[in-house]
Amino acid sequence: MTEQIDKALAREYEAGFVSAVESETFEPGLDEDVIRRISEVKGEPEWMLEWRLKAFRVWQEMEEPDWAHLSYPKIDLQSVSYYSAPKSMKDKPKSLDEVDPELLRTYEKLGIPLVEQQMLAGIAVDAVFDSVSVVTTFREKLEEAGVIFCPISEAVHKYPDLIKKYIGSVVPTKDNYFAALNCAVFTDGSFVYIPKGTRCPMELSTYFRINEQNTGQFERTLIIADEGSHVSYLEGCTAPQRDENQLHAAVVELVALDNAEIKYSTVQNWYPGDEDGKGGIYNFVTKRGICHTNAKISWTQVETGSAVTWKYPSCVLKGDNSIGEFYSVALTRGRQQADTGTKMIHIGKNTKSTIISKGISAGKSNNSYRGLVRMNPGAEGARNFTQCDSLLIGDQCGAHTFPYVESRNPSAIVEHEATTSKVSDDQMFLCRQRGVDPEKAVSMIVNGFCKEVFKELPMEFAVEAGKLLEISLEGSVG
Amino acid sequence: MSNENVLLSIKDLHASVEEKNILKGLNLDIKPGEVHAIMGPNGAGKSTTGYVLSGRDGYEVDSGSATLDGQDLFDMDVEERARAGLFLAFQYPVEIPGVSNLEFLKVSVDSQREARGEEALTSAEFLKLAKEACKQVNLPVSFLKRGVNEGFSGGEKKRNEIMQMILLKPKLCILDETDSGLDIDAMQVVANGVNSQRDSERSFIVVTHYQRLLDYIKPDFVHVLADGKIVKSGDASLAKELEAQGYAWLQTEPTEDEIED
Repeated sequence: MTEQIDKALAREYEAGFVSAVESETFEPGLDEDVIRRISEVKGEPEWMLEWRLKAFRVWQEMEEPDWAHLSYPKIDLQSVSYYSAPKSMKDKPKSLDEVDPELLRTYEKLGIPLVEQQMLAGIAVDAVFDSVSVVTTFREKLEEAGVIFCPISEAVHKYPDLIKKYIGSVVPTKDNYFAALNCAVFTDGSFVYIPKGTRCPMELSTYFRINEQNTGQFERTLIIADEGSHVSYLEGCTAPQRDENQLHAAVVELVALDNAEIKYSTVQNWYPGDEDGKGGIYNFVTKRGICHTNAKISWTQVETGSAVTWKYPSCVLKGDNSIGEFYSVALTRGRQQADTGTKMIHIGKNTKSTIISKGISAGKSNNSYRGLVRMNPGAEGARNFTQCDSLLIGDQCGAHTFPYVESRNPSAIVEHEATTSKVSDDQMFLCRQRGVDPEKAVSMIVNGFCKEVFKELPMEFAVEAGKLLEISLEGSVG
Repeated sequence: MSNENVLLSIKDLHASVEEKNILKGLNLDIKPGEVHAIMGPNGAGKSTTGYVLSGRDGYEVDSGSATLDGQDLFDMDVEERARAGLFLAFQYPVEIPGVSNLEFLKVSVDSQREARGEEALTSAEFLKLAKEACKQVNLPVSFLKRGVNEGFSGGEKKRNEIMQMILLKPKLCILDETDSGLDIDAMQVVANGVNSQRDSERSFIVVTHYQRLLDYIKPDFVHVLADGKIVKSGDASLAKELEAQGYAWLQTEPTEDEIED
């Protein structure tokens, strides 16, 4: 039984190829000089450089956190290169025709055609390759609606007021070790602004790809949904198969002003390392959103990649009646380790949050849910519901739950439910007796376990997530 | 080797579970279209027979053979046996939370069709068949959307098994105490479902503890399984006899093994 399941899970990492793209890459190492060079390469204004340097000084005083249920060798940040860009990007291509065909092929191979005519209608893509944004599609169409969707490096020049006002406003520089590092060295990422009362006419998405060896990826995303606006944003990530570990330390900030709604979905498929735990991405990410009055932020994540994942997409429910949601599927296998969950900080009155977390552990992996629900004294009538389910496959993996609840308001209600189950021999036998392959049976059972989360994903992503777990039927019937 | 007219042929089958011998020389031939009832006291090896034939982990074949349509069953994986036309209706159907019945049924049917080199049915075609099958076993169509057996009553689970059988169209159906835990009404529904699937090709093994199911599913043959082998065979009237007298009278006649011991 276990053997069949192992076989089912030991699928190839399909995104593991390396693209032959000539790059300009900084020598490994981190000091003020490197930060000045990043800022210079990006042609940044002085205020941006100052902000970076301030963050760098803060970071130098900080210690790498060790409270997570993770074990990995200390990361040598001096051996990492902090900037790498395809040479063809030096003279910024004006249109798709000018983009290096090898780059376009890379995204096509990953199933993300960047040629607009070939794209699924309704999704605009920002493609980030190592440290730079390669192309952003459908920009004109979005501009008609007043929506800004561009690389953050470009927004620094074009929309300095918005950047100055909001960058670091949700995740402060000194928030944590990895966030501070990101503030100092971030290279690119996406910037989104949805004007007042606007419903973004299409899904926005960013695809992050690490290609170059020994580089870290430090992207930064900032999404601002002005009053009464609505946006759905998707994020996908892959990296080549390499024997050494690579660092990914991103920061994502979401601002949902009064009555606005942001839906943020992630399918994270960074290279997880091989069966023995060699190689793979170290994924240390800070994601947080702030909800003003009546606003709503919904995080949905499907985490299947990375050797180590440290990630807690959170909501600060500042405005009255605001809503925060977190739907998560985290699958670990081989020797992967994930410590992931969320924080729901209830500040406003009648704020509501929902947490649905599904952890699936297989092989010799470790999967932890860590979540904080805090009801501040002013959070009159606030409510939280948390459901945390673990599914174990085999008998050498671990599932852990670390829920933290802090309630300082007697009228607030916090509910927590947790279950742990196993893919049983009976379930496998039933499927096989009906003629289903063991591999297919496992993925069907796992998919069923994740259903509550998958249904929160936008259609295109649900398909991708299903594929990640080798499911072909999901969404096509019933 | 195998007679062309025989669908299932079991020869001198010995099998064990956790190193305990359960089947001790089982012989049985079933021709296409026949319904065989297997009755017997608890622990005789009735359910084991179904599990050994279908290839469940933990059920070891020690010696003997079993062929389905001339193919050696013990040479095939669980799913290959299923695709060859062997269907087991479970005594205690397991739940698969979150996997809709419709999805499960379609994946099962698609897998079997693929193995036979047939094209997959479209979702629309399959939905139509599934709705008809629901009707046949008197389950509301809404059950197609529910998780496999999730929150189903005992009777609903059994009807769901029969629905699977209707859609998979197996050559040989083994019903493992399908009547257990059912009231008369539910049993009638299940029996009607089974009877609707009887034809000159399809064969059944009806494993049951009680005679009453056989009032609704009329068997061609009745076998009494005791201590791992068939100790008596007859027609439907044997079931009545067993109902009246129990199994004890059979065990008063010592079997050959016991004489040897």
